[in-house]
Amino acid sequence: MPMSQEEVFEKVRETLVEALGVDDDEVTAEATLTGDLGAESIDFLDIVFRLEKAFNIKIPRGELFPDNILNNPEFVQDGKLTDAGLSELKQRMPHADFSDFEQDPDINKMAELFKVQTIINYVMTKVNG
Amino acid sequence: MRWIWIDRFIEFVPGRRAVAIKNISLAEEHVHDHWPAYPMHPASLMIEGMAQTAGILVGQARDFKEKVILAKITRAEFDGVALPGDQLTFQATVENLAAEAASTSGVVLKNGEPFGRVDLMFSHIDQNMAGMKFPEENFVFTGQFERLVAPLLEQDDG
Repeated sequence: MPMSQEEVFEKVRETLVEALGVDDDEVTAEATLTGDLGAESIDFLDIVFRLEKAFNIKIPRGELFPDNILNNPEFVQDGKLTDAGLSELKQRMPHADFSDFEQDPDINKMAELFKVQTIINYVMTKVNG
Repeated sequence: MRWIWIDRFIEFVPGRRAVAIKNISLAEEHVHDHWPAYPMHPASLMIEGMAQTAGILVGQARDFKEKVILAKITRAEFDGVALPGDQLTFQATVENLAAEAASTSGVVLKNGEPFGRVDLMFSHIDQNMAGMKFPEENFVFTGQFERLVAPLLEQDDG
């Protein structure tokens, strides 16, 4: 039976509360993982591990949180993603909302793509195919 | 002084589970200052005890080739204090073991009774996503930790 958005959200919330030690009500769909919820690099891996268990899914490395973008000179110039970089990232993160980020693809703002909603979208595609 | 906060492994199932004990003694210098009127084993060193138990478990799973570094204390809760004369038992279980990191859950017993919970994450730092380079020599597993677990592994071989 397909999972509803609410069911996924509830489990994602539990996952983030456990992984990041935040309160339930801090985990809103629009909250950013690093900015609002204080996640650091190792936490992203912790979140991946916990999601795999909670939803009984396999998350290949780099699929939920893409790697090897920022260290590719073709994708980054003067602290911003190039057109090639942006289109690569969009292709690899169909679960993220780029509407704000693509206005100003400053790499320091890239973390804002990682919202709770981003995780929900990703998990929805995994559990519901 | 050696930075080892467990005395002995009593169980070791490679890649899955390890149990170590630590006897707290009034002869240990660290309790004298913590605190002079009421010596107790610091909580931070109980976390270290679990980190060593779980870290060796994670390290052995990759034949001590990875540099296993404590990256995150996901949870650390203790129900009271541990005093000289108490025996702590660290029960560590591998929850996840991936190329770049591992997570473990752990229960601490005091004199055989549940007393604390410590969940940890370890990074295999040579596999870090930022591509940072570290010295080739394995500065984590220099021999002292491997020797602790060797008797149990030999026992299994026999």
